[in-house]
Amino acid sequence: MGPWELNIEFGRIGAALVYLLIGFAFGFILESAGFGDGRRLAAQFYWRDLTVIKVILTAILVAMVLIFWSTALGWLDYDRVWVNPTYLWPGILGGLIMGLGFVLGGFCPGTSLVGASTLKLDAIWFVAGTAIGILGFGETVSLFNDFWHSSYLGRLTLQDWIGVPAGFVILGLVASGIVVFWLAERLRRRIYGGTDEH
Amino acid sequence: MAQPSKRDRYWDPFIAGTLLGVLLFVTFLLTGHGLGSSGGVNRVLVALEDLVVPRHVDTTPYLAELAGGERNPLDHWIVWQVAGILVGGFVSGWLRGRVRIETRHGPQITPQRRWAFAFFGGILMGYGARMARGCTSGQALSGGAVLSAGSWAFMLAVFAGGYLLAWFVRRLWQPGADA
Repeated sequence: MGPWELNIEFGRIGAALVYLLIGFAFGFILESAGFGDGRRLAAQFYWRDLTVIKVILTAILVAMVLIFWSTALGWLDYDRVWVNPTYLWPGILGGLIMGLGFVLGGFCPGTSLVGASTLKLDAIWFVAGTAIGILGFGETVSLFNDFWHSSYLGRLTLQDWIGVPAGFVILGLVASGIVVFWLAERLRRRIYGGTDEH
Repeated sequence: MAQPSKRDRYWDPFIAGTLLGVLLFVTFLLTGHGLGSSGGVNRVLVALEDLVVPRHVDTTPYLAELAGGERNPLDHWIVWQVAGILVGGFVSGWLRGRVRIETRHGPQITPQRRWAFAFFGGILMGYGARMARGCTSGQALSGGAVLSAGSWAFMLAVFAGGYLLAWFVRRLWQPGADA
């Protein structure tokens, strides 16, 4: 039953190779989806091109269904899967700051690496900025350490939080996902007509 | 609009999303955790900092946790995974003739302006991603798929921040006459 212990199954070098391969597929898919182009990513915020929301939401829904399906079949132990712990307010404030950075800079950290790997100068500048921001955080986090560790809720999942079985949450998210795709596409057509700019 | 050349032709978003979802699932199945980006960049930077100012790294708790004393910040899965992203992005771009030195900017601004905004946006992105303990990959995608409540709140906040500011900076991205 998964998750596997990669270091034990493949050894240290083998595990590193698996991660390299996973990263390779990740970068390849992002580039193929057009995520190396900041204009395309930023267009999401103007409803001109909905590629970003389509790719991200589809990926989340597909992975989510597969994860819980394989848990139901006994292939994967969800209780041993890493669920990002919730630090509610630092997460929300950090997310807001990132949203501002996203629309100003046209990338997020992962997509900027993909843009930089295809030698887009704007992406390389963005990566340089990200580095400064990350270093800046390491140097200043001690000033607001209490806030950064505040509103800690541990391994809080949506199903625990709402108090319903995971199946209901998954069904609800898939249904709302389809509604979001449909509504967003209609709205985009109303404003710009035609299809996504690709 | 003119017929897009091969250079500008990308995968259908739903196909790309499905493949990304399968990859994310396989990653969870194999490793017990999801994908990441900013965390890897962070570790590379802390490793560099540890070369230049090791004493400072040892005395700053946040940095010492990653690289204090004998700890090697590069000895972590995410570093390999981020290296893979660079290679995968390059190979994909190379196969489609998209690897070339250029600046992709809105038609109403100059490349130099685009660089300045990209740099500034990157600073906010890097700072925010560390505050939120992850970026679009580590929080939104990975945390979203395993139904972390905080990751979903985070994701909504990212989109909220972007849409809030979008109107004020529309000139950066608007189609129109060349600058």
